[in-house]
Amino acid sequence: MWVKQISIFLENKSGRLAAVTRLLADHGFNIRALSIADTSDFGILRLIVNDPARAYQVLKDAGFTVSETEVLAVEMPDRPGGLAGVLDLLNEAGINIEYLYAFVSKSAENALVLLKVENLEKAAGVLTANGVTIQGHNIVHQI
Amino acid sequence: MYWNQEMECMPPEQRRKLQLERLQKLVRRVYENVPHYQRVFRKAGIRPDDVQSLDDLANLPFTTKDDLRRTYPFGLFATPLKNTVRVHASSGTTGKPTVVGYTRQDVDTWSEVMARTLSCAGVKQDDIIQIAYGYGLFTGGLGVHYGAEKIGCTVVPVSVGNTKRQIMLMQDFGTTVLACTPSYALHLAEVLEDLNIDRSRIRLRVGVFGAEPWTRQLGREIENKLNIVAIDIFGLSEIIGPGVASECLYNTGLHIFDDHFLPEIIDPQTGKQLPPGQEGELVITTLTKEAFPLIRYRTRDITALHEESCPCGRTHVRMSKIMGRTDDMLIIRGVNVFPSQVESVLLEIGHAEPHYLLVVDRRGPLDQLEVWVEVSEKVFADEVRRLETLEKTIQREIEGTLGISVKVKLVEPKTIERSQGKAKRVIDKRDLHNLHNKTK
Ligand SMILES: [Zn+2]
Repeated sequence: MWVKQISIFLENKSGRLAAVTRLLADHGFNIRALSIADTSDFGILRLIVNDPARAYQVLKDAGFTVSETEVLAVEMPDRPGGLAGVLDLLNEAGINIEYLYAFVSKSAENALVLLKVENLEKAAGVLTANGVTIQGHNIVHQI
Repeated sequence: MYWNQEMECMPPEQRRKLQLERLQKLVRRVYENVPHYQRVFRKAGIRPDDVQSLDDLANLPFTTKDDLRRTYPFGLFATPLKNTVRVHASSGTTGKPTVVGYTRQDVDTWSEVMARTLSCAGVKQDDIIQIAYGYGLFTGGLGVHYGAEKIGCTVVPVSVGNTKRQIMLMQDFGTTVLACTPSYALHLAEVLEDLNIDRSRIRLRVGVFGAEPWTRQLGREIENKLNIVAIDIFGLSEIIGPGVASECLYNTGLHIFDDHFLPEIIDPQTGKQLPPGQEGELVITTLTKEAFPLIRYRTRDITALHEESCPCGRTHVRMSKIMGRTDDMLIIRGVNVFPSQVESVLLEIGHAEPHYLLVVDRRGPLDQLEVWVEVSEKVFADEVRRLETLEKTIQREIEGTLGISVKVKLVEPKTIERSQGKAKRVIDKRDLHNLHNKTK
């Protein structure tokens, strides 16, 4: 149901991001979305790929520190303030968003945003009850 | 449970008299029989008769590992080779090994102190002991072996390695005592887990672990995995092998069998004796050894001595678990720092096998310590905030332990160089600056 995400620990120095993307390309992975959160010393690279379980193994075997997490793929209502509306709904329900980033899908009618919250179940419930569409992991396979 | 109650529980005053008697005899013996000692004593202006009290020990010259190398192979032996019934040798990482010899009496002494060591761990005649220390030139295997036979245990001299066979024997024979290095014990525990062996088929009760220093945390991990009590035993081949000191079941440090091995703690820089409780380099004089006696041998191990009594009733002076080696010791802003202290902190925080590096540098007049820690999957979190919290926790704990401020840097796995499986723990850039300034 949820979208599976790969997180990788990276030191904040040149060439590390390139090393990951090259490795994944060499193994035929298609990176569908990506975000980086960093400090002056280190960063966390978050990726959505077509085969997360295999990507996890490939990265791990190459010596990276990796974890697999789940995020919520939320379809943005196609109107000004669409994102703000979604955030308001979660805020009112007392759900804290840890981070979010965009995901481009050719199949979904609207833009998608990937959300990391502590309780995915609860957040999905609040949003669907208010007419917001939640997408599953299958979106990463559709081009 | 004592092996030799008279010696182990002797009133301290009486033991001091015995120590002085033995020291005086020893000094005379080495002066007469070992040219090296005669030369260094003369150089220091000391005659055997000058040793009138235990305090005079502080005036005697030290013996170092270099002295052992220089006199290779038999130059420090105090008895003719025909009286030597055994030699052992420790592998030198560079060049020749150091050779030690034993008379028949020395082998008896060794068996006695190892029997005391095993008794400290609660080992009795009806125990089945599996000795997974290496046999051969290394003192570990045969040292424990003779002590266990003296007690009358059933000895399984399996030596180190072939872990699956070790586990098979352990189940089939009903082994109750395991003797090996702590790292091998941990390996054995992990293989046991991998093989999914029912713990009820293993009768192990206690482990006597030595030959490398280990932290309490690592001990707890082994204890939990194997469901045993882990006892730290201490020794070094130069002194006799295993059997110099041992923990008892009260966990109060290691009892040094000081009727045979007279310990001191010195400041490794100045060579001055330090009072009980203070950390420094352990120095040992072998009071009773015949073939290979040593006067004030600098072990390069860092520990502290404690004279308070132990609930077990033994009156031997105790030493803390080894905190490090003088070779590893760093002095940062005047404070002694050991890599092992950082390791303990990381183990506490949840790194099973912590990989870390201490980087010391000088900025202006001040030394700076940076601790690099590899982020393992076990502690990795998907959120920056949680990693920053981890970083701060590590920093706070290390600062609390070392008493100086540090900067912690999280790094990727395999960032820290491993040479032959052993990680390099320290980079001291201050030396580079010194070198630079000298050449200028
Ligand atoms: Zn005790």
